[in-house]
Amino acid sequence: MELLVAAAIGTLTAGGVYLILRLRSFPVILGLSLLSYAVNLFIFSAGRLAPGKTPIITKGVTDYTDPLPQALVLTAIVISFGMTAVLVLIAIGAHLGAGHDRTGMEDPPGPAAGEPAADGQEAGR
Amino acid sequence: MPLALIAALPFLGALLPWLMIRASRGACAVAAGSMTALALTGILLHAPAVLAGEVILWRADWLPALGLTASFRLDGLGLMFAGLILGIGLLIIYYARHYLSAHDPAGRFYTFLMLFQGAMLGIVLSENILMMAVFWEMTSLSSFLLIGYWKHLAAGRQGARMALAVTGGGGLAMLAGFLLLGQAAGSYELTEVLAAGDTIRQSPLYLPILVLILLGAFTKSAQFPFHFWLPHAMAAPTPVSAYLHSATMVKAGLFLMARLWPALAGTPEWTALVAGAGLVTLILGAAIALFKTDLKAILAFSTVSHLGLITFLLGLGTEAAAAAAMVHILAHASFKAALFMLAGIVDHEAHTREIARLGGLRRVMPLTFALAAVATLAMAGFPPFNGFLSKELMLESAAHAGGWLVPAAAVLGAAISVGYSLRFLSATFLGPLRPDLHAHDPGPGLWLAPAVLVVLVIASGLFPMALLAPVAGAAAGAVTGHAPHLHLALWHGLGPAALWMSLAAIGGGVALWGLWPALARAWAAAPRPEAKAIHDAVIGAMVAAARGVLARIDRGSLTLSLSAAVLAIVAAGFWAFGGGTHLPGLRAATPVEVAPAAAFVLLIAAIAGSVALHRQRLLALLLVGIAGLIIAAGFAYLAAPDLALTQITVEVVTVILMLLALNFLPAATPAESPVWRKARDGVLAGAAGLGAAALAWALMTRDFAFPSISSYHLAESKPGAGGTNAVNTIIVDFRGYDTFGEIIVLGIAALVIHALAQALLGPGRANERLLARRPDPGRAGDRHPMMLVVAARFLLPVAMMVGVYIYLRGHNLPGGGFVAGLVFAIALVLQYLASGHRWSQARQRIDYHAFIGAGVLVASAAGVGSWLAGRPFLTSAYGYIHLWPLEEFEWATAAVFDLGVFLCVLGAVMLALASVSRLAQRGGERVAREAFDIDPDGEEN
Repeated sequence: MELLVAAAIGTLTAGGVYLILRLRSFPVILGLSLLSYAVNLFIFSAGRLAPGKTPIITKGVTDYTDPLPQALVLTAIVISFGMTAVLVLIAIGAHLGAGHDRTGMEDPPGPAAGEPAADGQEAGR
Repeated sequence: MPLALIAALPFLGALLPWLMIRASRGACAVAAGSMTALALTGILLHAPAVLAGEVILWRADWLPALGLTASFRLDGLGLMFAGLILGIGLLIIYYARHYLSAHDPAGRFYTFLMLFQGAMLGIVLSENILMMAVFWEMTSLSSFLLIGYWKHLAAGRQGARMALAVTGGGGLAMLAGFLLLGQAAGSYELTEVLAAGDTIRQSPLYLPILVLILLGAFTKSAQFPFHFWLPHAMAAPTPVSAYLHSATMVKAGLFLMARLWPALAGTPEWTALVAGAGLVTLILGAAIALFKTDLKAILAFSTVSHLGLITFLLGLGTEAAAAAAMVHILAHASFKAALFMLAGIVDHEAHTREIARLGGLRRVMPLTFALAAVATLAMAGFPPFNGFLSKELMLESAAHAGGWLVPAAAVLGAAISVGYSLRFLSATFLGPLRPDLHAHDPGPGLWLAPAVLVVLVIASGLFPMALLAPVAGAAAGAVTGHAPHLHLALWHGLGPAALWMSLAAIGGGVALWGLWPALARAWAAAPRPEAKAIHDAVIGAMVAAARGVLARIDRGSLTLSLSAAVLAIVAAGFWAFGGGTHLPGLRAATPVEVAPAAAFVLLIAAIAGSVALHRQRLLALLLVGIAGLIIAAGFAYLAAPDLALTQITVEVVTVILMLLALNFLPAATPAESPVWRKARDGVLAGAAGLGAAALAWALMTRDFAFPSISSYHLAESKPGAGGTNAVNTIIVDFRGYDTFGEIIVLGIAALVIHALAQALLGPGRANERLLARRPDPGRAGDRHPMMLVVAARFLLPVAMMVGVYIYLRGHNLPGGGFVAGLVFAIALVLQYLASGHRWSQARQRIDYHAFIGAGVLVASAAGVGSWLAGRPFLTSAYGYIHLWPLEEFEWATAAVFDLGVFLCVLGAVMLALASVSRLAQRGGERVAREAFDIDPDGEEN
């Protein structure tokens, strides 16, 4: 089981790193989501794996998994929502303001390069 | 009144005008003035004891590990300066009320002024030198804000920047000096530093300490060669000049030298550096003042010169000279503040400060002329005013300094001072009245404050032993450690050398005044360095160098920066890994079951899919969501039900948020990365993943190196915090303070989102693009399916009940405020999805901001409540409550805290989502007018 969790953390990290290195804002945000999963899982796994040993104090039970990493990760999950939301709004603002959703500021592309995709994206709803 | 409270009052006074930023000038002035008056009263209540030689101390630990205590001290020196800061502060507040025009933002002005006053008061009351350094930097910052108060004036902005660069830089040097001083003295408390004078002087660090601290003092007090910033700071509104640049801030450097006199003075280095710089500044400042033609510029350089005089006196290192310095600090503050205010009146009435365009104002402004005459003659050192007394003392000290150079230079400085004073007075007020001047005396609002000071100038000149000697004597006693024999009188007989030197100075000054036109021609012809040009060139070169470096390492590419960061972390990890020996972990592996293995395969597939298909954004988002849900299931399997609940609920709101965002972003990412880039990123990502996996695996296959601190949490969860869910008791009790910070961060993030959305909706390119958006018509023509609407409304109370249940059981079973808040948020979001933004918004009575605020307040109240029981912040308690007809149940105060968490999470999540959906509305999203409106545009089509 440890190997599976470690592999999951590794895959999440690799996927996340690959996506944050893309050139457009949306994949970067997705990549950060994957990275936060990886980090949360990693912190959680620092408490070691103990299936079934839920840290709810019960009479007659003495063996529990480590609750502290769980508490840390719980708040981290909620905070990561806040962070993602801020990023999303920054991305929307950048796209609306600049007319394209590139993450870099280097060598500005031709005026029409990012434009066509800016409008008419309502099909999703 | 405790000293800490006195020191805090000006900051309270800064808060009031800020809170009523749109209030009138009068209201702001009253708010600021009342706090100043209160602080002054507090100081005066201590005055009898301090004048009797007592030192009042107040102390509280702040960061004891760093040697930082919040300790305050009031002795004779502090008393004199605190009296100046608050007394003149009060006059300035009154003067500024009438000086500022109705268009100037008065709230901002008084906030900055009070911030400055508080910082200044903090410097003179500090017992801990590190705390003094903090206040010192605060004066630099607040004076920057004050000098640049008229933001529309380029001169003001430049002057403010220059003042900040010079005084802030000096402050940094001083901080380094203080740290060394603390090392040498073995303490950062003034009492001990001052007592360790001999140790400090013999320390090998003495010279660095001296130079660094003097850098701070000289920059602040505009001593040569740092005198150039002060005249440029004159772009500030006149009340600011009168306050900062006559009475208080520029005296901070003098205060520092006087304060540390017992620790640093008395060595040849001290005398050479301090007296030398003082003497040069005295003469140079006076000489420049003689040839300036702007009233405030004359006063500015005159201030430079007088500060040089006081520095010179402190540098001499004798007790008599230190006493003379104290007398002159008082005298200079009174006449120079009055002169600045009077120059402001002239500027206000005649609309110019240029000497060439003034003249003869005594005919139309007799009152202003009378006040200015007294103050100017005091500045020149004529009897019977207080400036004469201090000048006599200065000349007396100079005469005893030995040699002929120092006395001669002192006389020269005094003579030039007489010269520019006479010129200041005569060019403005004497001679024929220029026909284009339509000035007259102002109302009492403007003349009252300088008049009070002028009365003091006369009174303290006539009755020095009653008015000047006690305060200056106590201050000098605090500086030197011995109560001095201050004998102040206008007439000491024909014996003292000072009398003859004084006469020589006056004669020389009158001669200079007479010869002025010839001298001015010579001065104009003489080449001299322009300090501002040099300063600007240095700053420009530094900026260019920084830009050059930055341009090389950062081309504005996020991808490049991120890959550099990832590469660095990966390289560090592999380097550390390669440097050690590796044994396999010995912890027994957890067996793999079928269901988790299947979930693992799904997870890997989802991640791989989201990466491979990331250019199709909707699909990639769904795959990431699936990965999140599988992780939630994993948490549940791995004995973390709280995490599973949180992850699932957060996943739902995150996916909804991203779906909303996709409305505004392109649906697909264009294929623009060449193969080499993909390969490079792939290698980097692979290495990072490998490293993370190896690290996690190595960690999990080993036992804890130390016993986990969690055993305490587990053991104390029930008896200490009254709950059986250890995760929840950690969140709301053991580490409640962390959680408190986290909900505040979450709230701030939501407010940032709201503000960003607000900014996008304001006029600008983004708004134009939003308005130009033409959303696709819905393909189904059924934006709000009746089935969904009915189901969502039915679910709302049910979901809320579930939320309440999750909240209530959280302390003992999986759940709690975080999850409950998210469940409520999802239930509400469902209404938005089903019935539309407008319909839902119309039914919402309370702003989401209010939820965030209420949440933080409730959580704070839960924390503060424990103070009432005499316990530290956020200590929780629990007990058993019996309420008929319920069974007896347990209730912990942590539940109140958890309620705060719940409210804050609910408000933050909803505010974030609602902000994005507001954008959608502006962007031409059609809204439902009726609850079951099938096609909002139906009737038009």
